[in-house]
Amino acid sequence: MARKTECLAMLLAGGQGSRLGILTKNIAKPAVPYGGKYRIIDFPLSNCVNSGISTVGVLTQYQPLELNDYIGNGQAWDLDRANGGVHILSPYQQIKGTEWYKGTANAIYQNINFIDRYNPEYVVILSGDHIYKMDYNKMLEYHKEKNAACTIAMLEVSWEEASRFGLMILNDDNSIKEFEEKPKNPRSNKASMGVYVFTWSKLREYLISDEADPESSNDFGKNVIPKMHQDGERMFAYLFDGYWKDVGTIDSLWEANLDLLNPKVDLDLSDTSWKIYAKTPVSPPHYISAGAKVQNSMISEGSRVYGDVDYSILFNDVTIEEGAEVKYSIVMPGTVVKKGAVVQYSIVAENAVIESGAVVGKSPEDMDNRDDWGVAVVGAGVNVGEGAFVAPQTQVDTDVVKEGK
Amino acid sequence: MTGKNIVGIVFSNAHDECISELTGIRTMGSVPFASRYRLIDFALSNMVNGGIEKVGVVTKANYQSLMDHVGNGKPWDLSRKNDGLFILPPFSTNEANGNADKLGALKGIQGFISRSTEEYVLFADCNSVLNIDIEKLMDYHSDKNADITIVYKNGKIPNLTDVIVLDMDADNKAKKVSVSPVTDENVNYSLNMILMKKSLLERLLNDAVSLNYTDFEADLIQRNVAKLNIYGFEAKGHSFTIDSMQSYYKANMELLNVENCDDLFNPERPIYTKVRDNMPAIYGIGSDVKNSLVADGCIIEGTVENSILFRGVRVEKGAVVKNSILMQGTFVAQDATVNCVVADKSVVITPNKTLSGAENYPVYIGKEIVI
Repeated sequence: MARKTECLAMLLAGGQGSRLGILTKNIAKPAVPYGGKYRIIDFPLSNCVNSGISTVGVLTQYQPLELNDYIGNGQAWDLDRANGGVHILSPYQQIKGTEWYKGTANAIYQNINFIDRYNPEYVVILSGDHIYKMDYNKMLEYHKEKNAACTIAMLEVSWEEASRFGLMILNDDNSIKEFEEKPKNPRSNKASMGVYVFTWSKLREYLISDEADPESSNDFGKNVIPKMHQDGERMFAYLFDGYWKDVGTIDSLWEANLDLLNPKVDLDLSDTSWKIYAKTPVSPPHYISAGAKVQNSMISEGSRVYGDVDYSILFNDVTIEEGAEVKYSIVMPGTVVKKGAVVQYSIVAENAVIESGAVVGKSPEDMDNRDDWGVAVVGAGVNVGEGAFVAPQTQVDTDVVKEGK
Repeated sequence: MTGKNIVGIVFSNAHDECISELTGIRTMGSVPFASRYRLIDFALSNMVNGGIEKVGVVTKANYQSLMDHVGNGKPWDLSRKNDGLFILPPFSTNEANGNADKLGALKGIQGFISRSTEEYVLFADCNSVLNIDIEKLMDYHSDKNADITIVYKNGKIPNLTDVIVLDMDADNKAKKVSVSPVTDENVNYSLNMILMKKSLLERLLNDAVSLNYTDFEADLIQRNVAKLNIYGFEAKGHSFTIDSMQSYYKANMELLNVENCDDLFNPERPIYTKVRDNMPAIYGIGSDVKNSLVADGCIIEGTVENSILFRGVRVEKGAVVKNSILMQGTFVAQDATVNCVVADKSVVITPNKTLSGAENYPVYIGKEIVI
């Protein structure tokens, strides 16, 4: 039996993130690279450690290989602990058979034994899909203060966007009056961030009864939380007012990366009091040549820049050759952009090669019809041949050659 | 022979005196180098890449920064249940126990040596920067049936007091060994990476005690040139021996040549160092960076040319940094100018200040000094 732990976190990292297309062909969404050296999951994991939560279960299901390898024993996040630490929880065979995680609630249900080992008072449920820095401990204190069964972190979003989210209508004491799931005409702009604190004894009961309900799709948002509300449990919203971004689509992933270059955006990764940890590759410092031109960009170790880089993010070990141009783009580890190639408004995944004279993506200003514009994506290991063109809004996961060649 | 059969011994304080500015507060091994490394990273990484699993780091003084850097050896994969990294602090306060005096240092760790079960020992100092294939060195040692193999480089002899210079026959067997001879010619000088059987080392150390020898180079190596098979093994690729502040500066600047950088940071044999969890470097609007090596965590809004920037350096708008080495956390404020400067950790250059050294005489600014 492990030592009693007041609060542990369960991180839902099994999602495919199908709207990220070829970027999640071989990896789960939380393993998608972000911000020059991070992966999405570094944010919730670092938040846990920085909040003093040192027991974290990571629930994996879809393409877990890279994610498991990345997390390892958790040392990069200081989560290799004698008591607790990080645990990868994959679906496993049980006496009554083997089941995949059917829904978010079912994933936690299947790991009740894991949670019980630590006999916690509270459980934080997180997802591996969001970029934000948050002190879960403050939320936990709030949960205790309110003597709540469930506390849901919420964020005020713009009214135009509100209909994309699960919304909450609140009473004066911030207790939850009503839920609205992606309504056409929103009556609230208070969106759920997918971060929950539960009193474990309560959640445990509800998970068991939810599992027994054949009608349920075993999902927190659709089933467990509405049921708790219906039963009159004490449920509160906790207001968060920092940067938070769901990186569920190619465009939002692209934007969230470029947000790092916008001084007006409230996401400071240089803050030493709330570090975001990551597994750091072993690479020498990056080199900017005498002929290079770098403006408003983020560059990671091992990269070599001989060409022009503007408003872009280069991960480690990227090479931008002489005369090549990279702008408004994200270039992931090990990729080479050869002489005279242009990469713009694009995401180029790992170890791709953009041959000389090739063009990836297009500026929205150069489009005949702005509606046809979108971020171009080059998949991992893809070779974009000499003089070839990757159109905006397209994703390529096989080699591309110049038309007519 | 495989790396498993070798115990590595790194002398962290050797030649401290030659860059006393930098080693006043640290060991030679913990002197920052090449934007994100410490000199000991090269010795440790070379050994680990060669399969060595046990390394003793001999310390003498000022080793707090070294302990902080190497920790339990995890970044080099030397945090092991069996073997791994051993910090060997000075055993007694005998003045002979320095590692400037290598023999004294070895006597001080005789217990560590005799308890090691490995068949061979490999020595390394920290002031020689190189990336060497230890497996090739091992094969060479066996092929030549050598008693002692010394890694050397051909060039001008470093300005140090105890440099072994080899005079070799066509087969690279040493005919004559001299110690720091005065000469302007190119010579084959030792990079102080030396491989021998542990049993031979123990015998030499016992002789040294009974015969009251005091000098590693003269008494253990030079004196035995006729009796032992001493071979030279040439270090290929870029290497540099630091013997002064000027040469420290030059050793850094030579890495702005990409070929040198590729040699030293050969991805087949990576150089490991302590992880710092900085964000990637940020280049602001209006920044102008040319021919420079930059580490993670830097924020650059000004001009940087021909320089080596360590982690977390800030160069504000209008500031100009040229031909300089700025260590971790240096802050160059608005409109300040530095040229040919070596700034130690966390130096602050306040707005509008100008500091300039010369390429053959860089200005050194001590740790945490505010100018």
